[in-house]
Amino acid sequence: MISISGIVGLYIFMLAAFAGWIIIGRVPAILHTPLMSGSNFVHGIVVIGGILVLLNASTLTEQIIGFVAVLLGAGNAAGGYAVTERMLAMFQTSSPALKHKAHHRPRKG
Amino acid sequence: MLSLLPQLTIGAVDLVAAFLLLYGLHRMASPVTAPSGIFVAGIGMAVVVLVSFLDIFGVSAAATPVLPVNIGLAVIAIAIGGGVAWWAGKKVAMTAMPQMVAIYNGMGGGAAGAIAAVELFGRHATGMTPLTVTLLGALIGAVSFSGSLIAWAKLQSILNKPLRFPGQKIVNAAVFLITLALGVYIILLDRTGAMSSGLIYLFFGCAMIFGILMTLPIGGADMPVVISIYNACTGLAVGLEGFVLQNPALMIAGMVVGAAGLMLTLVMAKAMNRSVSNVLFSNFGDAPKHKHSDMKGSLKPTEASDAGIFMNYAAKVIIIPGYGLAAAQGQQKLYEFVKLLQSTGVDVKFAIHPVAGRMPGQMDVLLAEAGVPYDMIFQLEDINDEFANTDVALVIGANDVVNPAARTDKSSPIYGMPILNADKSKQVYVVKRGEGKGYAGIQNELFYGENCNMVYGDAAVVLTKMIEAVRGLGKAAA
Repeated sequence: MISISGIVGLYIFMLAAFAGWIIIGRVPAILHTPLMSGSNFVHGIVVIGGILVLLNASTLTEQIIGFVAVLLGAGNAAGGYAVTERMLAMFQTSSPALKHKAHHRPRKG
Repeated sequence: MLSLLPQLTIGAVDLVAAFLLLYGLHRMASPVTAPSGIFVAGIGMAVVVLVSFLDIFGVSAAATPVLPVNIGLAVIAIAIGGGVAWWAGKKVAMTAMPQMVAIYNGMGGGAAGAIAAVELFGRHATGMTPLTVTLLGALIGAVSFSGSLIAWAKLQSILNKPLRFPGQKIVNAAVFLITLALGVYIILLDRTGAMSSGLIYLFFGCAMIFGILMTLPIGGADMPVVISIYNACTGLAVGLEGFVLQNPALMIAGMVVGAAGLMLTLVMAKAMNRSVSNVLFSNFGDAPKHKHSDMKGSLKPTEASDAGIFMNYAAKVIIIPGYGLAAAQGQQKLYEFVKLLQSTGVDVKFAIHPVAGRMPGQMDVLLAEAGVPYDMIFQLEDINDEFANTDVALVIGANDVVNPAARTDKSSPIYGMPILNADKSKQVYVVKRGEGKGYAGIQNELFYGENCNMVYGDAAVVLTKMIEAVRGLGKAAA
């Protein structure tokens, strides 16, 4: 089993927070709604935590709450993906040439 | 404990999945790569969920007898939760997107809270650090869960009025302090080994009540910022529970969203010229306390057909769409009208205010849905200087984002918010349902200006009339 001590945990948190800050800072304002929904999807990974505790549940209470955790987590992940994918599929450009430009020069929001 | 092979598989897949989720978010930075970004992230999620079932090789001795039941429960929970949410997400109208995001976010917060609850009830989290982190994640997750549900109810118009009562802040603060005190008490009791389940229920109950109380007084107009905050909170809660479960993928994904959500919240608050604490604690949002009886000039109604023909002869038109357009389902008609104008050589652009719609960027999505190419859509700071040499500014279903009171009237609740300078263009047409006020409940002096005419009616109906009028011109000429 991997063992992460408090200090190592803080380092992981610090680096991850920095990465999130940088990644989102680059997203143009036009994509803010899909992005909020996309980051919402990403924390749907909580479902695997739910699976882990449910599989290890030994009492009825633990089973019920674990079931709820997986139910909600799966809803977060699946729903988040469905709406984000739908929204992003709609964005299109008027000229094919612009596709290249937009890729290299994202508008700052 | 897990045997070596499943353990290595889980570790490796978690690592890859964490990378795919981050890389996917990264690809969402541009409209061109964004669709592939969510796909990449989706693959990461699917794989990590499948592989997490390898945990069956490492369950504790106490859980081994009921393992088949637990596996069945997990599969059923994924099928029901994932299935229903997927179906709802595919069916929901684009205008209802903010409340959908709110509810999915609440689910994530609830899941994090539930994980913490299992850890607490099962006495898995013991010792100062794990217990503190579990409780912190539980608190944040539970607040995010109940708060998001209230936000959903407000956006869905189930709760219409912000609930405010005297001494509210004191009550909220008291509930929060009680929750914290309960948490500390649980940690202290853990040392003596006398922790009771009732106390844990109470802790979760208080945390959820705090989430409700916290969100109730905030007005509908501020809900986007609130959802964004709860999005960050859920991320944080997931990251903290990831630490408790010793799962680095959860820690990384959760904390990335925590930081990203915080960043997005600050961007939004800045666009409204409000501080985050002002949104949360000033209890403004749709309180029309401000009286405006001293409007100069008068409202000058005009016919949709006249406005349409006027725009047909203009050189440059900037369109400012707002939520009213989406509420009338007028985006398709609008783009049809725009294409008609373009075919006669009119230069048409869309100007989007950062808080247009019920969520930052929602207007962009709604226009994209109607087929408007994103290179025609401009954000406030990129287009605001162009209004001065624009012939017509067409405001459709927007109000507060073009209200000049934000520049001049210090007593106005929107004072200081950056607005689109529609009033600087030569002619302004405002398409509106009636003479009502905007979402923030304040009068708009733009409508009374010399250069402004009102076109009353449902946006979709008005646009249909404009299209007919312009088509009629073309036929007459031919």
